[in-house]
Amino acid sequence: MHASLLRPLAAGDRMQRKWTDGRPMAEVAAEIIKPNDRLTAFDRLEIYNRMYWFRLVDCFHDDNPGLRAMLGARKFDRLALAYLAKRPSRSFTLRNLCSGLEAFLRAEPAWTAPRTALAIDIARFEWAQTVAFDEEAFAPVTAADLGASPPSRLRLAVQPYVQLLALNHPVDAYVIAVKKRDTLRAEASNATTAARRRAAVRRIRLPRRSKTWIAVHRVENQLYYKRLESSAFRILEALRAGARLSRALARGGAGVTTGQVRDWFALWTELGWLCRRK
Amino acid sequence: MPANPFNGHTDYGIGLGLRVPHYSHILAKKPVVDWFEIISENFMCGGGRPLEVLDLILEQYRVVQHGVSMYFGSAEKPDREHLRRLKALVRRTNTPWLSDHLCWGSVDGTYTHDLLPMPYTFEAAKRTAAKIRMVRDFLEVPICVENVSSYAEFHASEMTEWEFLGEVVELADCGILLDVNNIYVSSKNHGFNPYDYLNGVPHHRVGQMHIAGHTKFEKYLLDTHDHPVLDPVWKLYAHATRLCGVTATLLEWDDRIPSFAEVHDEALKANEFIGGARGAAPAEAARVG
Repeated sequence: MHASLLRPLAAGDRMQRKWTDGRPMAEVAAEIIKPNDRLTAFDRLEIYNRMYWFRLVDCFHDDNPGLRAMLGARKFDRLALAYLAKRPSRSFTLRNLCSGLEAFLRAEPAWTAPRTALAIDIARFEWAQTVAFDEEAFAPVTAADLGASPPSRLRLAVQPYVQLLALNHPVDAYVIAVKKRDTLRAEASNATTAARRRAAVRRIRLPRRSKTWIAVHRVENQLYYKRLESSAFRILEALRAGARLSRALARGGAGVTTGQVRDWFALWTELGWLCRRK
Repeated sequence: MPANPFNGHTDYGIGLGLRVPHYSHILAKKPVVDWFEIISENFMCGGGRPLEVLDLILEQYRVVQHGVSMYFGSAEKPDREHLRRLKALVRRTNTPWLSDHLCWGSVDGTYTHDLLPMPYTFEAAKRTAAKIRMVRDFLEVPICVENVSSYAEFHASEMTEWEFLGEVVELADCGILLDVNNIYVSSKNHGFNPYDYLNGVPHHRVGQMHIAGHTKFEKYLLDTHDHPVLDPVWKLYAHATRLCGVTATLLEWDDRIPSFAEVHDEALKANEFIGGARGAAPAEAARVG
């Protein structure tokens, strides 16, 4: 039964008519499931098959509004079915449904061609929001903590909920614009038909290729996106990888000034991004 | 028997499911509610808003945990890491009992995120009961298992659903979360008498009840939790409380969720149906009923 539920639906959102070995699905279903006076065994199994796919596809849609806007509805739906067929949920929670999407897009670029690089950036950015929303937070270090140990001894970590992304496109602005548009469309649901139609067709310009470093984080449980300078990003990445402070600062590069470092650390401690390494 | 070992000897009254659209209302207005039921999986995360809201709720209200992913009927053993996280939440909420479903839903670590019906066999009952005992011993909290609504029955079944439920809970020595709406939905889908079901379960093990709305399609009923409770379900509920005593009851409303006040008013209607059970011993009340 499990294998039959996970099989993709056929046209019209119906259960496939043939089983994997070519036998009629009606025959396979009848072997395990009783019919009743209104539904055949096929009909009863189909209820579960459809519910499985509707539930997972809905979740995939909810988690990837930016990717959907970029690909368009039809291409996005094909991607959703391909991803879910190849990578069914391996977690007790649907929160993790899209954790493997980046790897899938890299492995099967045909679903997003010719804009696979952009699709990967958007998928990473949208997954980062899921993580930033409810990942663990430890007690943040303060400016006083930073001053108490010499840089060569200090082992800092970046909070688990702070997601650091080095991207090839400025997708933060794009995804914000998509969400804003979709919110306005939802609010306009009682507006005139013409206004709805205009809102529905408004396309948002795709971002051009440009190196972008972003931290997705939360403040008072609200999600925020912060652009970073590349050297600041490298320092944070080194801290996350376990480097001591002095070594992490060296990763920032020769051009980084003391004043920049002071300002960055002041901001990061104020935002609570840094904690002690366990 | 409002209080019994399976609900931690509590007497909790009428509860509501804690749902995101109601967070701000509850936190701002602090309405009087007997207790809230949370979906455990929604709070088995590292931090952020879910846990902050939960902690604020715990300051004001009693909370009971209800799970959707333990899959007592699935063949694999419970995942230890999952149990550890669940136990951490149990300690946080101090839930007097914990419920999950009598169903399966995963195979070899692949999850359907559905509550799938089981074949009602003695072998399945034995295996399921062993898993419930394992989970209870790890979590150190009473367990109630909930009957699910279903749309399919198996040729392999050797007994009725209520006989299977009774067999499992006796073998596991655990409680029952009796979902009255699920009984009604399944009775229509499978053609049995829902009162036979209610009369057939071990009433002394019922630690909690669920009520909810469902949707009628042409050929079957679907358990959608997006409507008020329908009259036949209220009647079943009244009968259930006469048999089991006035039991902690929760209204499930999970889709197309209306205002908090509307959901709360619907839940409190339960009081109109349990009058016959108040003040009488359950068995006596059932005879009168």
